[in-house]
Amino acid sequence: MTLRGRGLGFTAGLAVAVVSIQIAASAAHKVFYLTQLTMSAYSMLVVLGLVMLMGYAGQASMGQAGFFAIGGYVAAFLTTFDLAPRRDTLLVALLDRAHLLMTRPDGSGGSVTHIHPWAAALVAIGLAAAIAWIVAGPVFRLRGHYLAMATLGFGIIVHRIFLGSSYFGAADGISDVPALVLLPGFSITGRAASRVSNYYAAWGLVLLTLWMISNLIESRVGRALKALHGSENAAAAVGIPIARFKTQVFILAAVLAALAGVLLTHYNGGIGPSEASVMKSVRYVAIVAVGGMANLRGALVMGTLLTFLSLRGYFGSFDDLVFGGILLAMMLFAPQGIVVGDLWRRLRSTFSGKKRGDDGPAA
Amino acid sequence: MTLDIFLQFCVAGVTYGIIYGVVAIGFTIIYNTTGIINFAQGEFLMIGGMTAVTLQRYLPLPLAILGAVAVTMLVGAAIEVLFIRWLHRPSVLRMIIITIGVSIVIREIALHIWDEKSHALPHFTGDSVSAIAVAGAKISPQVVWVIGVCGTMVVLLGLFFRATPLGRQMRACASNRDAARLCGINTRNMVTFSFVLSAGMGALAGCVVSPITYVQYDSGTALAIKGFTAAILGGLGSTAGAAAGGLILGLLESFGVWVLPAAYKDAVAIAVMLGVLFLRPSGIFGSAEAARLREY
Repeated sequence: MTLRGRGLGFTAGLAVAVVSIQIAASAAHKVFYLTQLTMSAYSMLVVLGLVMLMGYAGQASMGQAGFFAIGGYVAAFLTTFDLAPRRDTLLVALLDRAHLLMTRPDGSGGSVTHIHPWAAALVAIGLAAAIAWIVAGPVFRLRGHYLAMATLGFGIIVHRIFLGSSYFGAADGISDVPALVLLPGFSITGRAASRVSNYYAAWGLVLLTLWMISNLIESRVGRALKALHGSENAAAAVGIPIARFKTQVFILAAVLAALAGVLLTHYNGGIGPSEASVMKSVRYVAIVAVGGMANLRGALVMGTLLTFLSLRGYFGSFDDLVFGGILLAMMLFAPQGIVVGDLWRRLRSTFSGKKRGDDGPAA
Repeated sequence: MTLDIFLQFCVAGVTYGIIYGVVAIGFTIIYNTTGIINFAQGEFLMIGGMTAVTLQRYLPLPLAILGAVAVTMLVGAAIEVLFIRWLHRPSVLRMIIITIGVSIVIREIALHIWDEKSHALPHFTGDSVSAIAVAGAKISPQVVWVIGVCGTMVVLLGLFFRATPLGRQMRACASNRDAARLCGINTRNMVTFSFVLSAGMGALAGCVVSPITYVQYDSGTALAIKGFTAAILGGLGSTAGAAAGGLILGLLESFGVWVLPAAYKDAVAIAVMLGVLFLRPSGIFGSAEAARLREY
């Protein structure tokens, strides 16, 4: 109960921060900052999933960018691949009958008929989940170094497929991805006019995910994952179905990564093969490590900060060095994470010291 | 497939294979003394190759290569002393992330010291077009150098482990660290030495192969993955197995290009790696029973 209350407190604090940043940015006429913050928010979805997988369940995944790219690329491919010349084939006719096709003008005066973005998003996320399910079987028979190498290998294969295939635009990636219409008059798109609404949509989704994952971690499942992290044999001995839990959390992390991939691709209007690179996967791991491995809030705060600074180009050509150095320094000196989490807890106990009595009934 | 083409594929396979074998032996040496898979293994070849290219502007080629090997050995020692020696019983996950961090930092520093272009040493004898004809196949003299130098290195390493006191101490440390310590072996220094040894071997291999494959700041990652594949193919922990694993992988890759587009050459190695990991993590020569007892 108290734990849940604390999680809610952080979520509320973050919501206030999200609103204040928007107001401050608008007031200072620096709304363009919101674009990078929106992009950071989508990266944080990948990170939240990875905190579950790596921090709580203790399973290293060096291929998380692969799932992000599967989501993004499949959504991009399905919403840009022109089906008009294939109208007569059975599959396309069936899709048309099911109202899953839409036609829009393309950049050069013609028109392109493609699968509806919503259907494409579902296919993309479903495919990522299916691949995660298939991969999880053999991968989770491995531990430690072998697990890390196998997930790394998976990430590299995904990268090579997207980089080497002309269907996915090879080295150029896919561009001209349409907006994803969420509600009439509101869509996921990078157009300047909908910058603020997209910022809120992205962060709303992050807050929702944070809240759901916090609850999951403080439930039976979360305790099982922590037990599994501590000792797989001991966890199995007390009757925790470790294989099932590992697979489920792997799929959850993959789905979050793919969802982030789909949304960010619609937001950016395209995706390139660098999104699937090994370095991207390592970055997500670095962010999880900076937050303190099993620390959703730390990862969220530090991850947003680092991703934002990186996207704004503050690190220049030292971008990868910064992430590599941080990863190294964190693991050497503070494998439990730096004080963000503690600081927050300390601040909170300072401020809420007197109000503890009021908290009880409300929670 | 005629005999000369077949030979050509074989020679190419052996050339790359022996390099993978050297990387795999590097993995094995460090794994045996520490239980760590050093993800920065491929970076040793890169540092060796790049340093030799720079030194070669001021020094004659043999001295430049010696200098590059020495520099890389120092880097190897520095990695162990700075990032590994003082950690108290680190978890496997932590060590994985640390060595990955080291590899990224080395790669990015190399990018800033040198550049993003690929570099190569000149051919040791002859030039890029000279060739030796063997049974109809045309072989570059550099290939002979690669096979000769790396082959000699592997043989010498075997002798070193068998016949010298230091080599025996390292083997003792590999088979049982605590017992080795009780016998008065300084196991910490053995760990440092294993990093120096595998860095030096990697650097020399990186130098001899650079006229053929070229080196650039990020060539380490692919080499590390292939070396690791070779190492587990031969059963992680066995030096001879690692060398054999390297040759098998090199030949598979070489003949793989014959049926697959060249762009997927790296995919062969990764497919082999995943196949070994999933089907027989103990490797084709290793015993499954021994593998189960080991900690990864």
